[in-house]
Amino acid sequence: MKNQENTDFEVRSLDAMCVNESNLEHKWYHNIKYLIIGVLFGIVFVKSEVVSWFRIQEMFRLQSFHMYGIIGSAIVVGMISIWLIKKFNIKTIYGETIEFHDKTFNKGQIYGGLIFGLGWAITGACPGPLFAQIGTGATVIVVTLLSAIAGTWVYGLLRDKLPH
Amino acid sequence: MLDFLKQPWPWYIAGPLIGLTVPALLILGNKSFGISSSLRHICAACLPANISFFKYDWKKEIWNLVFVLGIFLGGAIAMNLLSNPNPIEVNPKLATELAGYGITNYGNLIPQDIMNWPALLTLKGFLLMVFGGFLVGFGTRYAGGCTSGHAIMGLSNLQWPSLVATVCFMIGGFIMANLILPHILTL
Repeated sequence: MKNQENTDFEVRSLDAMCVNESNLEHKWYHNIKYLIIGVLFGIVFVKSEVVSWFRIQEMFRLQSFHMYGIIGSAIVVGMISIWLIKKFNIKTIYGETIEFHDKTFNKGQIYGGLIFGLGWAITGACPGPLFAQIGTGATVIVVTLLSAIAGTWVYGLLRDKLPH
Repeated sequence: MLDFLKQPWPWYIAGPLIGLTVPALLILGNKSFGISSSLRHICAACLPANISFFKYDWKKEIWNLVFVLGIFLGGAIAMNLLSNPNPIEVNPKLATELAGYGITNYGNLIPQDIMNWPALLTLKGFLLMVFGGFLVGFGTRYAGGCTSGHAIMGLSNLQWPSLVATVCFMIGGFIMANLILPHILTL
């Protein structure tokens, strides 16, 4: 491994994907807790109209405080939570130490960030809201989701050729 | 109580609830909050095509797919059981602007006048739904995260690269909404 240059900018390092290798093996039904969190999260998404195309348009035209209030207060609550977890060394429900991984800067955060921003304002949705919108019965958004999956796939294909 | 829940929830209720997802996922299973990764896992599961970026044990990340399935179900529950009967109230300035593009239906979360199945066959609909979706999927992965992974989880953990990404999300959004989207909507 030592002589191998790390060209993997993301896998298990930069991504928001699960970077924490747990030695614990869980039965499938342990995933139900993530389903429940997802359901609650989806309800909040719809009820607060975060998944509304119209709210996103307001946000990017500075016509409403709503989205800024939501994202801002979510960050504040997240920040306090992580601070408390670190301060009191709070463990997971399985007694594991909670790990945090630093994100490393690469130019993808600029280029990719701008590209995502353009897409966010067109579709009025980031990846999470796409799933919620389909749930609300907006079936045509399945196409948008498939297209987003295709975009992710094309990124994977071209990744070595893109500036990072 | 139900009537109360049916109203649109204000930001100071919804924001903190979304923020609580961060500790909930960490405490329940040492998971970092992030949604766009699910798109990558779907690629890895369905069409890895020998691309190194998709060659990993996606089954270890299955929690993320279960989580987004939950978001889908949550959307369905909110719409069917807790639905607000009134149309979304937007800033009058926005309503005036959108009316100019023929967008007057506020009954859904998406603008049904321009986002519907038949519209997919028009250039405008293609740009809005297909091209827009592609940018979301390509951009989030290139940036290494989306609003959840960077803006909420990353900033909560005081990661400066996430701040860079979040600022770029916003710049891209401002450019699109104010400078480019009006041209797409007049197509």
